[in-house]
Amino acid sequence: MDTMRERFISVTSRLLDEDPRLALVLAEITMDGFLPAQRRHPDRVVNVGIREQLLVGVGGGLALTGMRPVVHTFASFLVERPFEQVKLDFGHQGTGGVLVSASAGYDWPAGGFTHMAPGDVALLDTLDGWTVHVPGHPDEAEALLRHAYAAGDDKVYVRLSQQSNTAPRPVEGLRFQTVREGRAGVVLAVGPLLDNVLAAAEGLDLTVLYASTVRPFDDAALRAAVRSAATADVVLVEPYLAGTSTAAANDALADAPHRVLGLGVGRAELRRYGTIDEHTAAHGLDPRSLRERLTGFLRPTLR
Amino acid sequence: MTQATAERDFRYEDLGRLIGLMTGAEKHGPAATSTLDVLWVLYDRVLRVTPATAADAGRDRFLLSKGHGPMAYYAVLAAKGFFPVDWLPGFGSYDSPLGHHPDRTLIPGVEIGSGSLGHGLPLAVGSALGLRAQGLAEPAVWVLIGDAELDEGSNHEALAYAGSAGLERLHTVVIDNDSATHGWPGGIATRFEAAGWSAATVDGRDHAALHAAFTAPHPGRPHVVVARVEKKQ
Repeated sequence: MDTMRERFISVTSRLLDEDPRLALVLAEITMDGFLPAQRRHPDRVVNVGIREQLLVGVGGGLALTGMRPVVHTFASFLVERPFEQVKLDFGHQGTGGVLVSASAGYDWPAGGFTHMAPGDVALLDTLDGWTVHVPGHPDEAEALLRHAYAAGDDKVYVRLSQQSNTAPRPVEGLRFQTVREGRAGVVLAVGPLLDNVLAAAEGLDLTVLYASTVRPFDDAALRAAVRSAATADVVLVEPYLAGTSTAAANDALADAPHRVLGLGVGRAELRRYGTIDEHTAAHGLDPRSLRERLTGFLRPTLR
Repeated sequence: MTQATAERDFRYEDLGRLIGLMTGAEKHGPAATSTLDVLWVLYDRVLRVTPATAADAGRDRFLLSKGHGPMAYYAVLAAKGFFPVDWLPGFGSYDSPLGHHPDRTLIPGVEIGSGSLGHGLPLAVGSALGLRAQGLAEPAVWVLIGDAELDEGSNHEALAYAGSAGLERLHTVVIDNDSATHGWPGGIATRFEAAGWSAATVDGRDHAALHAAFTAPHPGRPHVVVARVEKKQ
């Protein structure tokens, strides 16, 4: 199986052949994979060098002329470093584009914190109108990239990761899905953390929702799940900064008493290298840690 | 195509009065604003864009990056009929589309919302690339920045790339009134020339010199015109 980033290369290269409105802007990262596409479309595959402010500004300029820009680099250099460009060169101009990241959370632990961006979704949450896709499998990444490219002039962020569930789920870029139903609480698993959540919830009487698109937040799905679970206890399990969607969940449930626990990547810098699995465990997102945290929070209703 | 006519034919000499409608000051001589002469020569004699063609794909683009103090810009746009002169007195008020920084979604003929420095040149580079990718070889892209705005690193990313990429339809005007704290030893044009641009430095009040510099051929290279004006008081 290829990675999401490899799938990004193959599907985008193909769609550049089919859709003359698409243009890809790169800042060296992933350039090698797009060399064949660049040979075919030298005017629509642009590498600006190691210039991330320009990367996003050029995307904004392409959009001003009516094109659909796809702007790609590692999340830390795509969303964090040129954040004002993201804010002004798309939103303030009233235009849109597709930001596609790689290595968002802790995909490259040996690379250290400079190449991690656990806060990417929280940061975009300070802006209006961004759709955020968090695919949990390369097949989902392909489907969601296709949705993003075809989404008119919408502002879309597609967050690609090395981390993946073993099997894809059918995604349509809008709704949360109900994976299993229970009575004692609702767990929302986002993107590549679904497998760990399902393992952690095994044998527990819990509803598990799956989100590969977190913005807009599917208020109706969460409310429906809470109603049928007969409890308003909700746990969010997100592959980025813990608590990123807590406010969205609270807003969705504002009309009734409820409890929300937001799990995800910790705010504190670990200052550790190692492997993805070691970091997943350190953030308490492995199945064993998740089960402890789920049962701890839901103890009154699980009993 | 017929050009939508302004409410009357405005001339350069009328611009001071139009600016006065925004500022309330009667004595706004042209020298009061550093960009006025550059803007007038561009809109009067260089840019191929009119109110009637402001939405055409083939129009020339003018991006005001230096969004501060846009009164001269608004005066020229009103004089050329992009919006009614009677918008000017509302400048900066809640119900006016004319803010102290321009917003492209509110003002006809305005290509970018600007104010935060260092965004216009990268957006212009992207616009030039987008036009080229769509086979629109004719439209020129112009962006106006200030010499202090050139301090922003994003501009250096853009000028280095644009020179290397040979973006022939890209044009930059730098209003140089010596307002950069640390200055540009060797002159601003040298920065662009080193990056592969065609460059001219002229008196920013001299309309004939500006026009000659704006229309100078620059095959295969982007072009910068450094317009020197009196130092900011």
